[in-house]
Amino acid sequence: MNPLHVDLGVTGSVLDVVRAPAGVLSTPSPPVDPTAPEVVQLAADLVATMRVSPGCVGLAAPQVGVAAQVFCVDVSAHPKTRTSHGTFVLCNAEVVEASRNERAREGCMSVPDLTGDVKRATRLVVRGRVPLTGAEVTVTTDAFEARALQHEIDHCAGLLFLDRVAGAHALHQRQTYL
Amino acid sequence: MTSLAITVLGHDRPGIIAETTARLADLGLNLEDSSMTRLRGHFAMTLVCAGPAEPSDVEAALSGLTSDGTLSISVLAVPEEPAVASTGTPWLLTVHGADRPGIVSSVVAEVAAVGGNITDLTTRLTGDLYVLVAELDLPSDVDVAALDAAIDDVAARLGVGATLRRAEADDL
Ligand SMILES: [Zn+2]
Repeated sequence: MNPLHVDLGVTGSVLDVVRAPAGVLSTPSPPVDPTAPEVVQLAADLVATMRVSPGCVGLAAPQVGVAAQVFCVDVSAHPKTRTSHGTFVLCNAEVVEASRNERAREGCMSVPDLTGDVKRATRLVVRGRVPLTGAEVTVTTDAFEARALQHEIDHCAGLLFLDRVAGAHALHQRQTYL
Repeated sequence: MTSLAITVLGHDRPGIIAETTARLADLGLNLEDSSMTRLRGHFAMTLVCAGPAEPSDVEAALSGLTSDGTLSISVLAVPEEPAVASTGTPWLLTVHGADRPGIVSSVVAEVAAVGGNITDLTTRLTGDLYVLVAELDLPSDVDVAALDAAIDDVAARLGVGATLRRAEADDL
């Protein structure tokens, strides 16, 4: 079995998603001990919260008000996905290699009224630790999963897509669509 | 509540925004949405602010900026616009080609004809190249393929190329 996927063994709770300008969203989070029970619970909570949020393909701990380098991702149902590793959680993740930037429009649950054009690498290698086991894993991916990983790693570093917007006219007001 | 819409237009130089916003802050006005760019080298800014000031007070406070005659400023009281939820979909229209009269009017006429609303627009002329980028909100009952064909027709007659594509953001 891929060490990336573990049964966390706990039931996640759905948490409230915090919105900018919450301080926790713009402060770098500390690394965590991936084997600590509270980190395992947080991992399960992130996955549970992502699951109940329509269209949500990733969620980082600062978005539920917790300063910790933990996030979950699941892009498997997204049309722009090429490679997908399904649902997984990473702790203390860092980008090892990034190349082939492409610009695309991003939104974020923590910034619900705006979108922005952001350049992200479409070829990506990320290293991190898996909750519960603490196993170190390397994830090599592309396209939309690469974008999602960079967006979530940014959250853990206290960065929003607003910090990466490609220009003064690359920020857009989102229409509220019924 | 009433807002103030302020436009500043004219010769560009460093410090226009700093001076304008300092005077507005002195008046206790809160800068809400704004957009500034240079159009053919001219400084062009539109601000919407909220606060307890009359347009004439704001004009007086900004008079230092217009005294040398290179900038003109207008201040208008405007009602607060209610947020309107759209039932349509967001699209991005790009048109580019050799400059000639009527590119914008002919293309956007097709958009207006189906009830589409333009929510953002930039046009640029550099050398002989004319470029238009527009964000559209198209009502859900619009036949997008037919609109796309109509725009292509108009574009072909003008000798320019047009691309209509979805502008939806990916939520992460
Ligand atoms: Zn986000």
